Amino acid sequence: MYIIDSTELQNLLEELISRGYLLIGPTVRSGAIVYDSIRSVDDLPRGIGDEQQPSRYRLRRRDDAMFFGFVVGPVSWKKFLYPPRLTMFKAAKAGRGFTITPGRTENPPKKAFFGVRPCELSGILMQDQVFTAGTYVDRPYKAARDNAFIVAVNCTVTGGNCFCASMGTGPGATKGFDIALTEVMGGGKHYFVASGGTPRGEEVLEAVPHRDATEPENKSALDAVSRAAKSLTKKMDVRDLPQVLKDNFEHPRWDDVAGRCLACTNCTMVCPTCFCSTVEDSTDLTGMHAERDRRWDSCFTMDFTKVAGGNIRPSIRARYRQWMTHKLSNWMDQFGTLGCVGCGRCITWCPSGIDITAEVDAIRGNGVHE
Amino acid sequence: MKHETIPAPAAPGEGLRIHTVTVKKVIWETDDTFTLQLDLGEMGETFSFLPGQFNMLYVFGLGEAAISISSDASQGGTLAHTIHRVGTVTSGLAQVKRGDVIGLRGPFGASWPITAARGKDVCIVAGGIGLAPLRPVMYAMLRERTAFERIILLYGARSPLDLLYRVELEEWAKEHNVEVLVTVDRGDSSWKGYIGVVTSLFSYIKLDARATVGYVCGPETMMKYTIDEMERRGLAEDQIYLSMERNMKCAVGFCGHCQYGPEFICKDGPVFTLPRIRHLLDKKEL
Amino acid sequence: MQTENLAEILRQHPFLAGLSDSHMQVLIDCASNVRFAEGARLIQEGEIANKFYLVRTGRIALETDVNARGKIRIQTVGPGDVLGWSWLISPFRWHFNALAVAEVRAVTLDGECLRKKCEQDHDFGYEMLSRFSHVMERRLEATRMQLLDLYTIPPGAQA
Repeated sequence: MYIIDSTELQNLLEELISRGYLLIGPTVRSGAIVYDSIRSVDDLPRGIGDEQQPSRYRLRRRDDAMFFGFVVGPVSWKKFLYPPRLTMFKAAKAGRGFTITPGRTENPPKKAFFGVRPCELSGILMQDQVFTAGTYVDRPYKAARDNAFIVAVNCTVTGGNCFCASMGTGPGATKGFDIALTEVMGGGKHYFVASGGTPRGEEVLEAVPHRDATEPENKSALDAVSRAAKSLTKKMDVRDLPQVLKDNFEHPRWDDVAGRCLACTNCTMVCPTCFCSTVEDSTDLTGMHAERDRRWDSCFTMDFTKVAGGNIRPSIRARYRQWMTHKLSNWMDQFGTLGCVGCGRCITWCPSGIDITAEVDAIRGNGVHE
Repeated sequence: MKHETIPAPAAPGEGLRIHTVTVKKVIWETDDTFTLQLDLGEMGETFSFLPGQFNMLYVFGLGEAAISISSDASQGGTLAHTIHRVGTVTSGLAQVKRGDVIGLRGPFGASWPITAARGKDVCIVAGGIGLAPLRPVMYAMLRERTAFERIILLYGARSPLDLLYRVELEEWAKEHNVEVLVTVDRGDSSWKGYIGVVTSLFSYIKLDARATVGYVCGPETMMKYTIDEMERRGLAEDQIYLSMERNMKCAVGFCGHCQYGPEFICKDGPVFTLPRIRHLLDKKEL
Repeated sequence: MQTENLAEILRQHPFLAGLSDSHMQVLIDCASNVRFAEGARLIQEGEIANKFYLVRTGRIALETDVNARGKIRIQTVGPGDVLGWSWLISPFRWHFNALAVAEVRAVTLDGECLRKKCEQDHDFGYEMLSRFSHVMERRLEATRMQLLDLYTIPPGAQA
């Protein structure tokens, strides 16, 4: 464990830049904290906090100068590993046939993700399972992932919609990072306790001004994270959840949520684990050149399940149920874990304020079985 | 309950690479269903598939469609796909001519477990275009006819004009000792065959339930009734296999469209053992 | 001899499985063996229905004439099936034509005679009705499936 003083944080950013990483970190844009390229600590939302409730997100000025006094915004790291739009190939007519030129995915620029929250880190690890752990590997994802350096930030403040502790994904990170930072502020002091999670992470820490952390300093960091865990107001009861959802396929609650859900697809866009996509084939006006793009898709769309006979899930009821049971039940069969990291984004960004933790409670509470 | 596993892709990234193949022949089977015979060219040297698998066929600029392979798996180099013209891409495929080039990637999916049927009777029940993914099974079994006992084919279509592979159906019955029963939903006065749902054909055959394997493919409702009928006649559920269908975009388990409960139809299916998915069959809008 | 032969045939027919000896005898008294050549008409739509058939071999198509569309065949019955229950249900008239599409051997039963026996012996009547109800139920289920027209893609529902 090392200490990097708050005044020395800039060194860490510069060290990463000097090693050829494009830095991506939190910054304020249009009234929200998003992830975008940053170059200095001045780009960070220092002294800014966020207020999150179901269907509500506001930034506010904090009464301190914490660098990371906020939680997660509408953008997740997903967009850098699995872009919303990707050209898969370009094709050109050639005689009676055509040639295909695959989209460029090899050797993408190296990126350092600065400020990855533990829940987000879990989300990345879950998408690793989806895109790289099976028979087929998504090469653009793998290439981007292999070129990503992760600086995690443990949460010492929590949001109104966070429930990471229930999902076992936070507020402290335990694995998957190159460097983990915990911001400690108090008693006139402001510093980061830093640890390396990989050899290259260690190497970067060794290269910036630092000193060894003392026992009390370590403890302050751990305490800050513990306090954050205790301050969480939302919980998801995950006991036997996959089976509970399987047993309640026709629970009346689905009708209730269907009356509130607009199928706007916000939740799937902001969710760090949602991975559905579609492809768009198009040609230019001459018809001689064609292109295929992959873009994010959502199981909430009407045509998501279109087959020759029609749509399998025409009702919003069925589509909401699909989203929730995929995330909290089928994901376990498919990937060995639940698919939700407890970041609370879907609750914040749902225009109807649908709260997935409350939906789970409602389905459990009635105990109506099929 | 294990069935034959998916062969691993030939090379990393193979599943996503589109190959160009040439149309050798176009055969119109009915007024809205046609078979494309494809010359794989260079790709033919390494391409192999198992009965029940499908390819993604690409029409320049229009997109891809998931189509079951309906040719003989032992014939390298030539592939056949029987296609129902229902949408944009299949309409595009319906317009190709001999010598045209289309894209192909595959094969994908879990296959019919033919080894499980060795030494047993096989009862194949096909509805409509469902006969297309089952034809490779028939070819495979007929190549080793003595490895299987009775082979029974129950096939239903909408009308006599909608029947596929009529010449082969006769050939299988006459020359390969296959019991072929064909029915249509309605006929005209020239049709002397059975008329009625495909499940009614069960009344005309006697199955030895303990030694029969069932392969079923067709509209979901028809498959459910068929399963009922098979179980009514004593077939154990782990002897029954069916082929499911869902929307597909990627065929490699990434796009999420083909999910059926926890199953990805593109890689866990399309062929499933009944025990694996029976709890899903009755779920509406799953 | 004719009667014993008929008795055996009836006993083996699936429609009559489990029928008591005394009820079987009632049927035998009203039964006779028949054969129809390919193309022969067994039933004429609209005529009085006073018989039914237990099919042993061959195939019979049920046909109806639809004005502009000609003759449509909507059902076939084959070995082990029963054809015709209109003899049991007023107004006792046939609702379709039936033709042999392959040579048919069947047992024909005198409906008028049996109707009287059903009225005299309600136990026997119950046996007949419950067996026919079962057949009708299966036929209705099958007809519903045909009605669903599962092999057709509905217009506008194309992928």
